[in-house]
Amino acid sequence: MTEVRHRGAKDGEPPLEQQPSEDKGSDSELKAEKDAVSDNESKVDSGVPEVPVSADDTPEVLNKALSGLSSRWKNWWVRGILTLAMISFFFIIIYLGPMVLMMIVLCVQIKCFQEIITIGYSVYHSYDLPWFRTLSWYFLLCVNYFFYGETVTDYFFTLVQREEPLRILSKYHRFISFALYLTGFCMFVLSLVKKHYRLQFYMFGWTHVTLLIVVTQSHLIIHNLFEGMIWFIVPISCVICNDIMAYMFGFFFGRTPLIKLSPKKTWEGFIGGLFSTIVFGIMLSYVMAGVRYFVCPVEFNNDSNSFQVDCEPSDLFQLQDYTLPGVLESVTGWTTVRLYPFQIHSIALSSFASIVGPFGGFFASGFKRAFKIKDFANTIPGHGGIMDRFDCQYLMATFVNVYIASFIRGPNPSKVIQQLLALRPDQQLYIFHSLKAHLTEKGLLPAVEAAA
Amino acid sequence: MTELRKRGGGGGDPDTADNISDKEAESDDRLGLPGDGEGEGDVDSKTDAPDVPVSTADTDNTPECLNKALKGLPPRKRRHSGHTALQQRGRAARWKNYWIRGLLSICMISGFFLIIYMGPITLIFVVMCVQIKCFHEIITIGYRVYRSYELPWFRTLSWYFLICVNYFFYGETVADYFGALVRREVPLQFLARYHRFISFTLYLAGFCMFVLSLVKKHYRLQFYMFAWTHVTLLIVVTQSHLVIQNLFEGMIWFIVPISIVICNDIMAYLFGFFFGRTPLIKLSPKKTWEGFIGGFFPTVVFGFLLAYLLSQFQYFVCPVEFNSDTNRFMVECEPSDLFVLQEYTLPAAVQSTLRWKTVTLYPFQIHSIFLSSFASIIGPFGGFFASGFKRAFKIKDFANTIPGHGGIMDRFDCQYLMATFTHVYIGSFVRGPNPSKVLQQLLMLQPEQQLGIFHTLHSHLQERGLLPPAAVQAE
Repeated sequence: MTEVRHRGAKDGEPPLEQQPSEDKGSDSELKAEKDAVSDNESKVDSGVPEVPVSADDTPEVLNKALSGLSSRWKNWWVRGILTLAMISFFFIIIYLGPMVLMMIVLCVQIKCFQEIITIGYSVYHSYDLPWFRTLSWYFLLCVNYFFYGETVTDYFFTLVQREEPLRILSKYHRFISFALYLTGFCMFVLSLVKKHYRLQFYMFGWTHVTLLIVVTQSHLIIHNLFEGMIWFIVPISCVICNDIMAYMFGFFFGRTPLIKLSPKKTWEGFIGGLFSTIVFGIMLSYVMAGVRYFVCPVEFNNDSNSFQVDCEPSDLFQLQDYTLPGVLESVTGWTTVRLYPFQIHSIALSSFASIVGPFGGFFASGFKRAFKIKDFANTIPGHGGIMDRFDCQYLMATFVNVYIASFIRGPNPSKVIQQLLALRPDQQLYIFHSLKAHLTEKGLLPAVEAAA
Repeated sequence: MTELRKRGGGGGDPDTADNISDKEAESDDRLGLPGDGEGEGDVDSKTDAPDVPVSTADTDNTPECLNKALKGLPPRKRRHSGHTALQQRGRAARWKNYWIRGLLSICMISGFFLIIYMGPITLIFVVMCVQIKCFHEIITIGYRVYRSYELPWFRTLSWYFLICVNYFFYGETVADYFGALVRREVPLQFLARYHRFISFTLYLAGFCMFVLSLVKKHYRLQFYMFAWTHVTLLIVVTQSHLVIQNLFEGMIWFIVPISIVICNDIMAYLFGFFFGRTPLIKLSPKKTWEGFIGGFFPTVVFGFLLAYLLSQFQYFVCPVEFNSDTNRFMVECEPSDLFVLQEYTLPAAVQSTLRWKTVTLYPFQIHSIFLSSFASIIGPFGGFFASGFKRAFKIKDFANTIPGHGGIMDRFDCQYLMATFTHVYIGSFVRGPNPSKVLQQLLMLQPEQQLGIFHTLHSHLQERGLLPPAAVQAE
């Protein structure tokens, strides 16, 4: 748990220091931390005294199993085991299907929100503020309702049209969401208490920025998921691979520091991570692009009332021959190579994950440095909170979503139909005739129909 | 000038920035305002206890000409010999203040009419200027609060983010409304197709610059300013784009909401001035229930009448469209059903009192009742929010741009909620999607999807009888 040293006098003289988490346990470590990094990819230190790890939150079973090892190795074993546990968990939920994935994304989002808001409460000592915890969760609910409503309306279009109450909810969705949000806003204004204005405004701002970061990105992840599970799995795996590879390369070859913010990151780790992630991304996409389960857009089947992933794979996932450029030809002796086009896209995704993704990690490090916390929370032993693990993922999710929208798919057909049916009759006729002319031009409609 | 009590201590230590606890309000004794900080924090100052001398700080920016014109204003109520000279001077200063405020109000309203006359392009331009000024005001407050003038890069980054977000929103608007123009010019086509990607890249560049600019002792300040910038962008920029989208729907959707909010401000002020007795909310002690309720009814009536007046003109009622042939905006169309007079049967109760059976109204007038109700009931919460904000950061006004009134943000604080509400209202109850946008999306789909939609639409239109069934053979 992130600890907060309570302020003595109420006139706010002592600075807002926060003690590090229970793992550290003494003030001397606070000083060591000022030089040491407080992010999670701790590479080999250069003379910084070792920080003994308290295994307070490690489960008993692990403690017993590792009791014989020295504390540093124990820390690494704990981290390693938890890493394997998390990766296996990831595989299990992929196996369980889209519904479970969505649930998990929702839970992760709620946990990240809770972690960040808790930090805010600790920073501002706002536990005693009236209403505020209620309001933060209320805003989270509102924004989630808004986003899920938009998603549901898009993807479950037929189901929504069938059920009358759902139809009304979806028709006036924006208005209802806005009304809910406004209620929260008015409650906030009414809850302003005389001596606490600034605190309350800070918490209001904090909540909104957190919502902006956490909730919007988790919905972009779900949009990516609906595009095809491969668009969910490959980016997340690339980021994880980059984390691990950069750590390994830094561990073995690390020499030149990368950025003052995280002194344990090195250029060797950065570049080594880049190349290995690209290779990993290419191989992973090759493996996954052949499996329909991953490649097809997730659709809701109205008859069976369940999700299905069955389709004809799009061009992106069909093997194609590419002619190698002259340079590579001479080196490898091949003229052409058979690839999925998706593998080319995966190079772009991996590059982003390796080059820009770490900035998400630096941002989180800077945040933890600014508010003098070691980890966001202590949910995962050895790793910190959920937010610690997901900090690089947020930029990645947004990038993938923007990438898909710009380079891969066009608009969603069911959404277009929905909009079409909402137009006025004369507008519908106008579009009908324009579309007919367009299709006839392209030869998709026999010319005899055009005469009518 | 925003008066902000300077705190002692160096600017380099980030932790003291948080020591602005509200407990310091006790010792805060600025400007002779009442010591508990409950002084005049909002701009709708009703009559209060007569002995409070008016702060003369805000007449510093009064233009010379006004000062000269008002110099001769004699102090009133001289015959009450029991009052001290100080009170007389206070009263004189107060009347001067009222005159200045009144004059500036009339100036602003005339300015509003002028820009409406000048047309949509000028309106968009003015909205953008207002947005930039509001952003500047709020960011300046942030700089003062956090004393972050010396932080590297930060001013550049704030303005850079403003440009990015504006680019994103304007790009979305331009692509929608100027569809034909965009399709003609190839560079514009490229920018439009990859618009989101380009905007995201620009934003990312700013984000990376922020991370690279983090300086060791100033982390917390920098994060605060980052968050402050983003919240300001969220409030100011998104709402100004909603205002512009309302504008494109028809200038009446821009004029009527703004006028209603202004009317509510003025009516609530007047009713409070003459009849104000019961305080409304602790946050703004000068607001009264009489003002609140008294503002509600005249605003509804005003909105009703204004809607009637404006609905007759095509200039106000038609959606703003860009004519690609003449390369200008035009506002000419067949008014939609909303702006065509219709007969409504009065409910029986009203019939017996008025002895009219039916009444001829524009349907838009019914909508205006809802807009007015929102402006009177929920709109003031925007004002309370801004008052609370000023109270929290111990500033009297956002800035001193408008003499007597404060900054641009002070005048526009109630408008933001209204703009969002109008936009959501239009989206939910008035218009459907934009046909050219739908066509644009259609043309971007895959051919099989287009065929599928074609057939769906075809059967739908046949069902509704809009297409003769025998004319087109289904494939």
